[in-house]
Amino acid sequence: MNSNIFIVIAWSAIFYGTPLFFAALGGVFTERSGVLNLGVEGMMLIGGVTGAWASLHVGGSAWFTLSAAICIAMAAGAVVAALHAFLCVTLKANQTVAGLSITIFAGAVGLSSYFANIWKVAEDPVTRQIRRLDVFGLADTPIVGPLLFNHTILTYLSWVMCAVASWYLFRTKIGLQLRAVGESPQTADAMGINVVKYRYIHTMLGGALAGLGGAFYSLAIVPTWVDGMTKGAGWIAIALVIFGFWRPGLTLLGAYLFGALQSLGTVLKSRSFDIPGDVLDALPFVMTIVVLVLVSTRFAHKRIGAPAALGVPYEREER
Amino acid sequence: MKSPIRLERRLKQPRWLNWAIPFISLLGALIVGAVVLLATGKNPLDVYWRILDRGFLSKRSITGTLRTATPLAFTGMCAAAAFRLGVINIGGEGQLYVGAVGAALVGLWLGGSVPVGITIIVMVVAGMLFGAMYASIVGVLRSQFNTNEIITSLMMNYIAGIILNYLIFNSRSYWRDPRSVGFPSGKPLDERAHWPSYELFGFGVSFGFLIAVVAAIVLWIIYKRSRLGFEIGIIADSPRAARYVGIRTKWTIVAVTAMSGALAGIGGASQVGDFAHYLDAKGLQLNNFGYTGIVVAALARLNPLGAILVAVLLGGLTNAGYSLQGPDFPSGLVGTLQGLILFTAVAGEILTKYRLRANRAASKAVTA
Repeated sequence: MNSNIFIVIAWSAIFYGTPLFFAALGGVFTERSGVLNLGVEGMMLIGGVTGAWASLHVGGSAWFTLSAAICIAMAAGAVVAALHAFLCVTLKANQTVAGLSITIFAGAVGLSSYFANIWKVAEDPVTRQIRRLDVFGLADTPIVGPLLFNHTILTYLSWVMCAVASWYLFRTKIGLQLRAVGESPQTADAMGINVVKYRYIHTMLGGALAGLGGAFYSLAIVPTWVDGMTKGAGWIAIALVIFGFWRPGLTLLGAYLFGALQSLGTVLKSRSFDIPGDVLDALPFVMTIVVLVLVSTRFAHKRIGAPAALGVPYEREER
Repeated sequence: MKSPIRLERRLKQPRWLNWAIPFISLLGALIVGAVVLLATGKNPLDVYWRILDRGFLSKRSITGTLRTATPLAFTGMCAAAAFRLGVINIGGEGQLYVGAVGAALVGLWLGGSVPVGITIIVMVVAGMLFGAMYASIVGVLRSQFNTNEIITSLMMNYIAGIILNYLIFNSRSYWRDPRSVGFPSGKPLDERAHWPSYELFGFGVSFGFLIAVVAAIVLWIIYKRSRLGFEIGIIADSPRAARYVGIRTKWTIVAVTAMSGALAGIGGASQVGDFAHYLDAKGLQLNNFGYTGIVVAALARLNPLGAILVAVLLGGLTNAGYSLQGPDFPSGLVGTLQGLILFTAVAGEILTKYRLRANRAASKAVTA
């Protein structure tokens, strides 16, 4: 493998950015339907622990086990998201606190840790891991090899998803209707769109993608289960939705920027650069605040892309 | 498709709901928790009985419960104070750490060289100031740039954790004990900087808990009697109306966020002065006091006096979790139950706005 430091950082940006992108793309769908999901961190952790469990306990070939693990992680994320949708859509609860309750319930010291404990997931590294591929045997090509042809299958899947998501949101009728639900549920309802159904489906889709992102941590990055292993990635993903102006393509770029920041510590430490590790550890969090401030000042009055009904429960009686 | 239950808007909120909703929420959380326990092969009655026993049924366990309740009361009031204004400060966790850093700083500096009373007062004030300053970063960003305070305050929690690690583990700071070589730890405070504890009805009560009670009363008076409390109510209901009548909305946001951080900061100071007697970087981060504080605030329905009661309740749950931790009491169980309590508390708020009606009964009522 090419060991030029810039190539390593660029490769790591994509590797560490992939789970961020999955979770953030889920956030784009959820928020486009008008539901704010602050439970992403909890959903990622549930996806991570169920994925790790499946990789230890589902038999069969590596491909079968890993596919099953990914499906189970996505399903688990979707189930937790259904709880969130129940609170926000059916019970019309405060979406902010509802999302927080999901993260505390499912999060680092909650259900994900409980499951890990009773299933004894944390004791061994996962037996089946998602490994890097050597696509077309081109991984050793200088520069483009590692960047384009030496990733896990999920990274390639994320590129496909990014394209499909853009097409779905902006070029299909369902996507148009979804955006209508997020902008003005009253109008959408009058058009005969089932607001409740759209919100449930896209919240659950968001949860499934968060679960997938979590499984990427436990099956590819670490790859074993550690309590609270996402370390705030879910929250960075929520911020990424804002940086990406609720668009899949920009969200992908943002995810890679933060993937680079997250990997910087590991990469530079392994090359014995003389930078305090704590400064590097804090970098993603500090940068999240900085970018968030920039985005909110520059574009606040234009609100590019923010769904108008984001965070507002829809009540038919209150037209 | 017709659901069996229908939501009907309430025209006014009966007062008894203020008391009933937390109880209903708690009961709901216990029921859902029982389902989780049953599904994972545990006996819920047995688990609940052991929690009750270890949390509340002996003098020793109540003393431990009050000890755990102390930080929770502060972080609970921290969350409640900000939430009341509509500022979702979930940075209580980090503000508590930073308060502990401030209190440990002056405690190490003054301890033994000035009278005990002065040391303690200065430690409390330092905790408040450090927590308030740390929180006001969030407040200023929110009021000046309209930056989402939920994400910034959460990021600040992670940053505060990294600051703690830096001070104790990765540097030779003033806070670190120079004698600790193998495993770094905080420099111990002089004994004359330890906060007193009292015996009330046979239970040990920390000085910090008493400050929490006083703070809750002060906060309650601010809400009920002061101009600031009145303005907070208006801003929370309608920021636009508040601006039109000339309330300094931006100033209030910064002030309330700082006040909220100051409360969490005293919680951190109490961790240093009451219990650890040094800056315990690891212990502070283990307990998730800040996040549990959000549960406290929600279940107390943002009432500061209620927060004290709920802190004792959740303190008991957490305390029981500590002493029961073991092979047949999985570690995430307490966190799961706390999450469920927040979950049902959020869901329970629906009862303030709507009443639940069985669908068939309602249609009968219409025809009658």
